[in-house]
Amino acid sequence: MPAEVRIPTILRPYTGGDKIVTGEGVDLGRLIADLDSRYPGIAERLVDEQGLRRFVNVYLNDEDVRFLGGLDTVVADGDSVTILPAVAGG
Amino acid sequence: MLTIRGELIDAMAAHARADHPDEACGVIAGPDGSGRPERFIPMVNAARSPTFYEFDSADLLRLYREMDDRDEEPVVIYHSHTATEAYPSRTDISYASEPGAHYVLVSTRECGSGDGPVEVRSFRIIDGVVTEEPIEIVA
Repeated sequence: MPAEVRIPTILRPYTGGDKIVTGEGVDLGRLIADLDSRYPGIAERLVDEQGLRRFVNVYLNDEDVRFLGGLDTVVADGDSVTILPAVAGG
Repeated sequence: MLTIRGELIDAMAAHARADHPDEACGVIAGPDGSGRPERFIPMVNAARSPTFYEFDSADLLRLYREMDDRDEEPVVIYHSHTATEAYPSRTDISYASEPGAHYVLVSTRECGSGDGPVEVRSFRIIDGVVTEEPIEIVA
């Protein structure tokens, strides 16, 4: 299921500078694995053993996937995935 | 070097005073590639904490969509420290994720919510390395 994925500035070195790429997978976890197969290293920046990294926000269409199913969130053909690092600090 | 209008420095300081003792945070957006901070966007600190700040995740998406539509980028990302100096904390450094942005720190430790002096300093934070830079205030 190809979905459009919007890549934040800090991760664009992985995608050769591309701001929008295409990813495939029935759910977010598989879509990230697909991205990693073409943009090695990107998955490591998004997930850890616990799932999505705490300070990375991923949105399916307009919804934060934390309020959907996290990495199990179903991705449909034509969906739009947006990745944004949290703006946070102490 | 950060070149910025004085009224924008005042706006960040006023926001920091108003939210003291919690940390205040926000962005000053500017045209893509210009490096010129122009549009002041105070954000809500979803953590409402004196030691931590985080943009609300829905607000963050809205902010980035809006900047995208206007061909803007976050030229300045600011937040306040309310009990310590205006220097990036370890947490600030580990979560800094806009290599092109000027990270502006405002300290209200002396003035609190009042009229006393605020400390305002600007930094680049790239790959965990902090570099302070001068601030040039223009009219």
